[in-house]
Order: sequence, then C-alpha cells, then structure tokens
Amino acid sequence: MYTAAVFLPLLGALVAGLFGRVIGERASQYVTSGLLIISAVLSCFILYSVAFAKTGPEPFVLFDWISVGTLKVQWALRFDTLSAVMMFVVTLVSAVVHVYSIGYMSHDHSKARFFSYLSLFTFSMLMLVTAENFVQMFFGWEGVGVCSYLLIGFWFERDSANAAAIKAFVVNRIGDFGFLLGMFLTFAIFGALDFTNVLPAAAGLPGKTITLVGGWTIDGQTALNWACILLFVGAMGKSAQILLHTWLPDAMEGPTPVSALIHAATMVTAGVFMVCRLSPMFEYAPVALAMVTVVGGITAFFAASIGLVQNDIKRVIAYSTCSQLGYMFFAAGVGAYPAAIFHLMTHAFFKALLFLGSGSVIHGMSDEQDMRRMGGIWRKMKFTYAMMWIGSLALAGIPIFAGYYSKDMILESAFAAHTGLGMFAFWMGIAAAVMTAFYSWRLIFMTFHGKQRASDEVMSHAHESPLVMTIPLGVLAVGAVFAGIVAFGWFVGEDWKTFWGASIHLRPGNEIIEHAHHVPAWVAYLPIVVGVIGIALAYAMYILYPNWPRALARRVRGLYFFLLNKWYFDELYNAIFVRPAFKIGRGLWRGGDGAVIDGLGPDGVASLTRVVARRVAALQSGYLYHYAFAILIGVAVFVSLYLFGVVR
Amino acid sequence: MGNWPLLSVITFLPLVGAVFILALVRGDREAVDRNARFMALWTSLATFIVSLLVWINFDDKTAAFQFVEKADWFTLPGGYTLTYHMGLDGISMLFVLLATLLTPICVLASWQMKHRVREYMVAFLALETFMVGTFSALDLVTFYIFFEGVLIPMFLIIGVWGGQRRIYSAFKFFLYTLLGSVLMLIAMFALYHATREAGAPTTDIAQILEFARTKGFDTGLQKWLWLAFFASFAVKMPMWPVHTWLPDAHVEAPTAGSVILAGVLLKMGGYGFLRFSLPMFPDASIYFTPLVYVLSVIAIIYTSLVALAQEDMKKLIAYSSVAHMGFVTIGIFAATHQLAGDQTLLGTQAVQGALFQMVSHGIVSAALFLCVGVIYDRMHTREIARYGGLVNRMPRYAAVFMVFMLASVGLPGTSGFVGEFLVLFGVFQANVWVAALAATGVILGATYMLYLYRRVIFGRLTKVDLMDITDLNLREILIFVPLVILVLWMGIYPAPFLDVFDASVQGLIQSFKSGACIGNPACFAVQ
Repeated sequence: MYTAAVFLPLLGALVAGLFGRVIGERASQYVTSGLLIISAVLSCFILYSVAFAKTGPEPFVLFDWISVGTLKVQWALRFDTLSAVMMFVVTLVSAVVHVYSIGYMSHDHSKARFFSYLSLFTFSMLMLVTAENFVQMFFGWEGVGVCSYLLIGFWFERDSANAAAIKAFVVNRIGDFGFLLGMFLTFAIFGALDFTNVLPAAAGLPGKTITLVGGWTIDGQTALNWACILLFVGAMGKSAQILLHTWLPDAMEGPTPVSALIHAATMVTAGVFMVCRLSPMFEYAPVALAMVTVVGGITAFFAASIGLVQNDIKRVIAYSTCSQLGYMFFAAGVGAYPAAIFHLMTHAFFKALLFLGSGSVIHGMSDEQDMRRMGGIWRKMKFTYAMMWIGSLALAGIPIFAGYYSKDMILESAFAAHTGLGMFAFWMGIAAAVMTAFYSWRLIFMTFHGKQRASDEVMSHAHESPLVMTIPLGVLAVGAVFAGIVAFGWFVGEDWKTFWGASIHLRPGNEIIEHAHHVPAWVAYLPIVVGVIGIALAYAMYILYPNWPRALARRVRGLYFFLLNKWYFDELYNAIFVRPAFKIGRGLWRGGDGAVIDGLGPDGVASLTRVVARRVAALQSGYLYHYAFAILIGVAVFVSLYLFGVVR
Repeated sequence: MGNWPLLSVITFLPLVGAVFILALVRGDREAVDRNARFMALWTSLATFIVSLLVWINFDDKTAAFQFVEKADWFTLPGGYTLTYHMGLDGISMLFVLLATLLTPICVLASWQMKHRVREYMVAFLALETFMVGTFSALDLVTFYIFFEGVLIPMFLIIGVWGGQRRIYSAFKFFLYTLLGSVLMLIAMFALYHATREAGAPTTDIAQILEFARTKGFDTGLQKWLWLAFFASFAVKMPMWPVHTWLPDAHVEAPTAGSVILAGVLLKMGGYGFLRFSLPMFPDASIYFTPLVYVLSVIAIIYTSLVALAQEDMKKLIAYSSVAHMGFVTIGIFAATHQLAGDQTLLGTQAVQGALFQMVSHGIVSAALFLCVGVIYDRMHTREIARYGGLVNRMPRYAAVFMVFMLASVGLPGTSGFVGEFLVLFGVFQANVWVAALAATGVILGATYMLYLYRRVIFGRLTKVDLMDITDLNLREILIFVPLVILVLWMGIYPAPFLDVFDASVQGLIQSFKSGACIGNPACFAVQ
C-alpha cells in the first residue's frame, strides 16, 4: 500500500507518456486520473494508520542508489506523520486537479502529454515528501522542478511561456546550488546523509568542537548554522522567497490547473516542508532560524504589496501565494513548525480553489486573464463566484474558514516567541493581512462586479464551467471551509504532540505552541479586524467610489509604479546578471578564445612559422662569407659556454 | 573462456575487419558502399559482444589487472626486450566498453554517408582498434603507439569527411595534440631511464606502477615528468586554456567523428591522469593539484559562459564538454588530499565520480552530437537560428533530445547527476571553495542547455524550410533507444557501473598514498 501510493502516479505518467498515442487521449486521461484517485485514497489510509493508529512502518529500503566508500545513499521511503500529511495534501489536490483538467484542457491538442507531466510531477513530489535521505529529497526536488519547467512551457509556441519555463528552472538551480552545498556540509558534519542517522545527532552539536570529514575542526553550532543556511537557500528558491521569487509570477504562463497544483498547493511548499522535515537540525541552528524568520516576514509583506496593484487575475493569486509562503516560513522560523504545516495544508485547499476558480473564469471568458477586461460577470457564473468567495474568505482569515485557524496560529506564534524578530514577523504578517484581504476583494470586485468591461462577444460566450470542473471546485471548497476547524486540534491543538510524534522536533524549552494559545486577546482578534478593514477598503475603492484607485495611483505615482513593476527585481536582475552573463560569454569567446588563446597559440605559432621560414629562407643568401660569419659566431658562442661551464 | 586472448580479440578484430573491407569489398560503387557498411557494422557489433563477455567475466573485487596477455615482442639493440602487454582493471574496463559501444552506433549514424564510404568505414574500424588498445595497453611503447595512432584516423576523418574549414580544424587538432605527445614521449624515455638507473630497466606500466609505489621516483624528476604527461593529457581532456581545438574539431567533424571525439577521445586524458600522473608521480600530483584546480574551475565557469554565447549547436555542446571535463579533473586530483592517520580513503568519491562522469559524458555528449546530426542530416546547417519549433514536427526527436539535455544538466535520475554529485561531494571534503566555485557550473550548465533547447525545439514553427522536416526514422530510433536506456539505468541504479571500478580506485589511492609517503611517514599531516 505504501509503495503503491507513491508509484502509481509514475505508472500513470509512463502509460500516458509512452503510449498516449496508442491508447488515445481519453484513455490517457482516465488512466492517469484513475491511478491518482487510487493513490489519494491510499494516502488517506496511510495518514490514518501513520498519524492516528500509529501503525506506520519504519523507513524501508527499496534498493541501492549511490554507494561509494563512506557515502551510502539508497532509494528508501519514510512514512511518518509529516510525510503522511504531505502525501494526503499532494495526492488529494493532484487528483482534484487531474479531474478538473479533463474539462479545462478539453480544447487542447496534446492532452496525453499534459496528463503525463501532471502525474510525473505528482510522483516526484511524493518522492520528495517520502524521502529518507537528502539525496533522494534532492531527486524529488529536481524532479518537481523539471515537471514545473515542462508544464510552465507546456504551450511551447508562446515565447513568453518558454522564457518563463527557463527562468523557473534556472532560478531554482540557484537555490539548488545552496541545497547541494548544504548537503555536502551536512555529510561533513554527520558522516551520513540519511535522516535516521543525521536528524537525532544534531541535538548534540552545540557547544562542541567537531572535526569535519574534510579534516578541519569547527565549532558545532557554527557548522550547523551554515549547513542550515545553505539548505534554506534551496528552500528559498523552491518556495519563491524574496530574492529568488522572480520565477513564480512568470510561471503563471502555464495552464491554470498547473498553477493550482504546482505553483500554489504543492511544489512551492516544498521549501517549507524541508525546513520542517529538518526541524531537528534547524532547532539547533539559531542563526539559520533567524534568517528563516526575516526572509519569511519580508516576503509576506513585499509580495502582498505587489499583489495590491496587479491586473492579471493569476498574478494576483501568484503574489498571494508568495506572501502566504512567507507566513509559513516565519512560523517555522520562530519554531512553530506544526503551525507552518497547518497553514501549508489549509492554504493548499483554498489557494488551489482560488486558482481553479480563476481558471473557471478564464475558461468562461474565452481565455481572458486581465481583470480590467472583466467585471459584472457574477450572474453568468454563480457557482464559480461562490467558490471564489469561499477561497477569499479562507485566505483573508475570516472565522470558521480554514485560513482563519492556521493564519491566526502563525501570527500568535510569532507574537508568543517574544523575540525582536518574532515581533518583526508579527507586524509584517499583520500588515500583509490587511493587504491580503484588500487584494482578494479587489479581485472579486474587479472580476465579478461593477460594469461589464469585456466585449459583448466575449460576454455572450461567458458561461459557467461544466460539472467536471465544478465538482473539483466543490471538493476543494469543503477543504477550504472545514480543514481548519477539523484539523486544528490535531495539528496545533491539544493533541499536537501525539499527532506529530517524532516527525517534528522541538528543542526542549521551545514551548511556542503552548504559548501561542495564551496570547493577549487583542493579538488573537487583530488579524480578523485588519482582515475586515481590508475588505471594507476594497469595497469602498472598487464598488462605492470606483474613481479612487486611479486618483490614488496618480497621487502616489512613484509608489504605484514601484509596486506595479514588482519592486523592479526583474529589471535589476537583468541588468546585473542576465545581460552581463551573455556579454561576458561573448567577450570570452571572441576575445579570450579567439584573440588571446588562438592568437598566441596555434594561429600565432602557424603565422610565426611562416614568418620564421621566410626569414630563414632569406638567410640562405648563397654568399660564402655569410655562412662563414655564421659559423664563426656559432663556434665562439659554444667555446664561451664551454668555458663558463654551462655545457659539459 | 579463460584461455582465449579476449582482449586482443577486441583490440584487433576491428582492424581485421578493416583489412577485409579494403581487400575484399569489390564491385560497382553501390555494392562497395553497401558491403563496406555492413562489414563495418557486423565487425563492430561482434567486437561489442566480445567486450560484453569481458565485462561479464570481469572480477570487480580485485584491483589487479585482468585478462592479461603478455608476450615478448622484440629485442632492441641494447638488449632490452619489449613486451606486448595488455590487461584491464576497473579503471579501463568501462572505457573499453564505451569505445566498443559507440563504434557500431557511429557506423549506424553514418549510414547515409555517400563520400568514400569504404575508406570511411576503414578509418572508423582502425580508430576502434587504437582506442581499445590505448585503454588496455600495459607497456609504455604499445600504449604510445595506440595513443598516438588514434590521431591518424581521427585526423583523416575530420580532414576528408569534414565541413568547410576541415583543413584548418584538422591541423589545429593535430598541432595541439602533437605538441603534447612529443613531451610525453620524452617523459617516457625518462621513465625508462630512471628505472634503469635503479637497476631494473622496464617500460612495463605495471612494473613502473609497482616501482612508484614501493621505491618512488625522485621528487624533482617527478615534477618534470608530471608536467610532460600533463601537457599531453591536458590537451586531450581538454583543459583550459588548451581547449580551443575542440570546438573547431567538433564543428568540422562529421557527426560520427564528433561522437567518437566527445565520447571516447576526450576520456583518454582523464584515463592518462589516473593511470600515469596520479600513481606514478604522487608527490608531483600533490604539488600541482592547486594548478589543476585553478585551471579546472576556470574551465567550468569560463567555458560555460562561452557556451551561452554560441550560435552553432556543435560549438555549444563542445564548450559544454570542456566544462564537464573540468569536473573530471578536479575530481581526479581531489584524490591528493588525504587525512593524517586516518584510514578512510578520502578521495574515492571524487575519483569514482570523475570516472563515472567520464563514462556518463561519453554517452550523453555522444548522444547530443547524434541529436545534432539528426537535424544536420536533414537541414545541413548547425546554426541555432535556422531552427525553432521542431517539436511540432518531430515530437519523438524532441523527447529524446530532452532526455539527453536533462542528463547533461545533471538531473537526478540520469547518469549526469551521479558523476557530478560524487565529484562535488568528494571535492567538498577536500576543498570547500573549489567545490563551491565548481558548483556554479550547475547553474550555468542548466542555462545554456535549456536556452539551446528552447531555441531549437520550442517555439512556433515558422521557418519555411522546416515545414516538412521528418521525425526520427527506425534507424535513428535504434541508435537512440540503447543510449536513453543507459542514461536512465546509470542514473537510477548506477551500482553495476560504480562497482566495476570501486576496488581499482581504492587500490589506486592506496598506492598513491604509499607512493607519496615514501621517506616521509607524516606526509599527510601537512595537508
């Protein structure tokens, strides 16, 4: 059952990928979706037996992978509560997205390829979350990266999609650079790369001087800090944290179901998962944790600020994802890993819902994504409209909806940390919460309310999506409403210790989950209050006084463009990395290889030979006295060398 | 089976086939071409099958030479008797397989060749003999003959069947490699001389290795000899800055020529470092390791950036080869870092990674050149800008190209990852900064390969002459399928390949350590 849950999606991917043309598109869709639904059902059982019945298996080995000398890496699977929760989220959302895609991609020409990629992605993600060692995690990590690359560039005829795909892969590679080095350092510290040996050993490091596997000695705490920081750089890439976030908004070039599955619910949360999986290491690496907190806090704020002014419906949600990932990170940073995973789960539901809902809008509006050309369409698609409300209510953290429980928990944890950084993250989170509520309702109002801004032709075609798309929305909506209230007790409530077991480690003295339940009342209510304020502001600006936004943008022109252009990160990176790289490459090629090396090397030697040959030929003048003179000089040189003892 | 001179069979069977083609294939041109093709294919396939037998019978538990054949050859005027000495160990085993695998693939890939087919096939079979001989010769003289012999057919393949600037490229290739060879020849004389001084004159590689392990060459001499061998191997590798022959040679060579060049010839440098430089001159190797690191790191970053700017597909892949070989050289020389008083063999991961990377690159880069060849055969241009949107007409081709592109990028699950990972892993324990700088190649490598793929495969199919380009045919599928399988097999379950050289690499590092510690018991304490 355990192995099957992981490998069924791979089977589906292979069938659809290799035999898609033989069995036909319809069969490919049913095979991949069917196998994924089975996998999702199995994952539910796994979650039950691992987290509740506590009858899950010990990590077990499939077969050997890379074993050389002291390095032993095997293909092995690990099923603890953390991986089981992730499996549940991944397979459930993936199954829903598969079914939804049958409707959404109905007009596409290469469905088998699409479903093959989706299933392959799911497999890679499952390998990532069930990995028993760093290298296998890296396998899943890169695997999801490639699938993301393939799916972003799925519509390969679009240049922008291809550019976005490459950007996603390369930016992620920058993170992987950190991951790799972090992994090597981890081995140097612990002499192993499997979690069973590494994770329990981390607690013993602080205060000790250790000898690394390379021979040098270093303070244990410092080594651990470095390892965790490097690994976190990998997490920043995958989870689109500030500095390495630029690929995520561009990734919206992919089909919308992809955005829902990969760029909202699962892959982008891999970084958060990694930090939680490695909580036994991060707990003893205070500097790394501080970095996680700061990066998370800043990202939560900065991404939300960009989301305020974007006009592409998917980009708004993309920046929102970026921002919500920031919340998860600073939760982990203050030591509240269960809260981070809790939010990861609820977010997976409501954000996938929002994406699929916006996909339904795009589908119904003849592939229009610009909200400035929508408006007033709620009557045409009432179900989708309701779904978007549910998703937004959950995202804004309005009580009884899922996001309320998890987001409040995160903010309370940040407050309860009682550290400077914790407070920083808390206020960043509060500020982001206002903006979150604002842009969510800005999206709803611009899309569904107000005047009709689309052409009459588009509006005449505007329609509610078919059942195969709306039922998946319904499933996610159930999650977006109830996931918080149901799972609160297990994830972060009174049962959290038994629920998580050993899969998440908090160092002795880290009582943050308990403290978070005992914060002042205003801390608990503030997120709701600012959420309502955000909604009210959006209502005022986009329903009551529709000219306000334009007037405001004109008033604070600089700030508006700063936000609209996404803090100018792309421009900056292009100027200092991308363009120079190409320019240097060309320079080294023409100048370095062409002029210098070839010029002094073969070409130079060749032309020198020609010159010398011509000179030598000139020496053969035919005059006897020329030769005699040369002989004389030669003899003189030899004799003197002999006399001075150079030649013997 | 034990008494069969299998190694000699593998070595000389291709040459026999070549002679047969020259002697027997007669008739009108059509018939000559057809028969030459089939003769070459069957000969190379037979050779491959025999080499598989060798692999099956290979004992990977020992570091000793196996399938040894030794016979007196002839006596020199001075009284020294040259021996014909062949043998394989874990370090050379896979290279032989690589050569015997790629030759039939090259023959298949050249099936459409129209120009002087008979001579072309003869050149390839002769090349195979020299390549296999290089990796299995255990005497300096035979090694030198094979090692240099490789140059002749390769020179001809580029010079006769090459592109427009083939003469320039062939000479550049020849000049560079010749320069190295001359120095290596002198060093070989010096080696012989040094053993004679010590009272046991020999040109036998196994005996010289034993000498280096137990008695050791004088450190000063080691440095000179190391440099002389280095000159030859660095050119073959090729290392920065003696790499500029490679892009030109690749660009002008016919597809199959590029395949052999990238697949096997570049590995002769790395093989040389492992067979000669490291175990014979351990002190010098330690001394020059920083030099190798610097050159390799420059190679990785410099050539990756240059690859980014290329407009010619073959040049791009050629530059990427230089970068990939940079990983190999740092991996090999990471073996020179050893711990004082520690029994763990620090360098094994890096060296095994380097070996694995060479084998993997042999397959992946060969396959990439074959991929270029596929569209070159159809469009007769290598210019990237002339392509675009091929996936619309050639989905199978796009999928195959994707696999090798990702393997080149080092994606886990493909062979490219295992080598790169092990090298970086091993080097990190030896020198963090070298590892960190080399790891930037991981980012740059992804950039130029993805960028290439995007420009050739993705996009809209707008160019008129591409409109009726055809997808892979059966022959081409037959060529690619085994390579795809190998790349994935080596990536997912590399143990059968890693095991082949495990014992030999351990042995190599052991003898390196004992060689380096002669007369200096605390030698590794300074590291």
